[in-house]
Amino acid sequence: MEDILPVIESKLREAFGDAIISAEMSKDFPVFTIKKDKIIDVVKFLYDEPEMQFRFLTDLCGIHFPDNKGQELGVIYHLHNLRRNWRIRLRIFFALNDSVVPTLTTVFSTANWMERETYDFFGITFKGHPNMKRILNVDDLGGFPMLKEFPLEDPTRTDKNDSMFGR
Amino acid sequence: MAQVKDKKEKMVQQTAPETAEKLDEKEYSILNLGPTHPATHGVFQNILKMDGEIIVDSEPTIGFIHRAFEKLSERRPYNQITPITDRLNYCSSPINNIGWHMTVEKLIDAKIPKRVQYMRIIIMELARIADHLVCNSVIGVDAGALTGFVYVFEEREKIYEIYESICGARLTTNIDRIGGFERDWSDVTWAKIKKFMKDFPAVLKEFEKLLVRNRIFMDRTIGAGPISADRALNYGFTGPNLRAAGVDYDVRVMNPYCSYEEFTFDIPVGTHGDTYDRFMVREHEIWESYSIIQQALDKIDKMPEKDFHGNVPDFYLPPKEEVYNNMEALIYHFKIVMGETNIPKGEIYHAVEGANGELGFYLVSDGGRTPYRLHYRRPCFIYYQAYPEMVRGNMLSDAIVTLSSLNVIAGELDA
Repeated sequence: MEDILPVIESKLREAFGDAIISAEMSKDFPVFTIKKDKIIDVVKFLYDEPEMQFRFLTDLCGIHFPDNKGQELGVIYHLHNLRRNWRIRLRIFFALNDSVVPTLTTVFSTANWMERETYDFFGITFKGHPNMKRILNVDDLGGFPMLKEFPLEDPTRTDKNDSMFGR
Repeated sequence: MAQVKDKKEKMVQQTAPETAEKLDEKEYSILNLGPTHPATHGVFQNILKMDGEIIVDSEPTIGFIHRAFEKLSERRPYNQITPITDRLNYCSSPINNIGWHMTVEKLIDAKIPKRVQYMRIIIMELARIADHLVCNSVIGVDAGALTGFVYVFEEREKIYEIYESICGARLTTNIDRIGGFERDWSDVTWAKIKKFMKDFPAVLKEFEKLLVRNRIFMDRTIGAGPISADRALNYGFTGPNLRAAGVDYDVRVMNPYCSYEEFTFDIPVGTHGDTYDRFMVREHEIWESYSIIQQALDKIDKMPEKDFHGNVPDFYLPPKEEVYNNMEALIYHFKIVMGETNIPKGEIYHAVEGANGELGFYLVSDGGRTPYRLHYRRPCFIYYQAYPEMVRGNMLSDAIVTLSSLNVIAGELDA
């Protein structure tokens, strides 16, 4: 694959300047970390710009880093330019108590359920989303299960004794 | 001509608001389809707003068999995640297994021998055939043609016997390991594959004769649940459903893995994106998969070497007799079984062409024994949200064939 990182980076820096926090080559894709409130503008720019044309949202998911104080939560976007076969990854990070992100449903219909899933598991609210409610879990599940502090097993269970397995 | 067209447009503009008002005066009935209706082929519910037989709106509810795979994956060593991937799209588990192994191999930069890659291709294409056979024959069942279903399920059974002779399991296969296959395929396996290759074309042709130009089947499926290419892309469609709408996107060609670039095959595309197109695209893909398997068999036959795994000692279990006699093998065995292998830090996305679309694994590793985060890009989950838009204005019976032609697998949908 040709080196697409500088091409996209220069375009983005030209259009958004400081909103691009970092641009680097990960193992497979170019990765851009972007300021949270600019993310929709960046995606729209990448969608419309004739040289970019990232018109396919491959994936959207949340991530939780409890040790990064002030930037605990993140949302990862995978975009794909089907014409040139370019794939990139966009990331935004923000604090746990500031977990409201603008919605991407205005650009991609497919973001609808992906954002609902992210809300369901991480408690990240997407502002402007048409139907922001849980999708896979039950409505009265207390808490958001993919946060790292959420226990994998029901802590009130007494019928299982893990100590004999050395855990 | 232009005038006539203008007139027509005017007429539409004039009448449209009126009919909309009239619609609003109507009394709609609410129909609860699912969660355990036989025609939904899995546990999902659709609450349909009906105007007689016409669907006005629908709201899918999913999550009935949600099993927290992503949370579970954060607690399991890399080797132990394979059985979880089995339960995503359980109609073609080997593709999920091998896709996951290739993700890890990409992260650790493992070099996999050509022969293993071809063997993986054979298994993945067999799985694709099995999955497409299920989907296509079930479209027939939902349209009232049970016969074809019975014919092709016999072939699916033979594919499952091939899995069985390789790994011992049939449905949730847990086939393949990180690094390659756990043992070389036996002569029985090769014989079974060759027998399948010999018998299969006749059966598939018979199946096609039953449905492809069948007047009733065509009437039922043409125009049912259509979607345009633009909308399909916007909805994140991948796989046969996207290709039925006319976009020739196939991960095997765009981002080849497992040496798919060495094979020649066509990507069938449709035009209208309706149920019949989806059926036909899958039907052609079965033939393409068949030819890919044939090519892979020829390539393997010409190969002198007999390796069935790569040199990945950190992940690939050593043979048992070495574990007992060789210190190094014992250490590796212990480390793998206890899940204490070292893995580089990094994030990676790897996609394979699953039977119903782009199956992606987004893996974030912090160097620990388990993934820090593993997100499955599940094609079903992503394209099923287009279902209300696809069935709006269709008849109830169209909604059933649309659902089966989308190949929505509950295990993958709910993860």
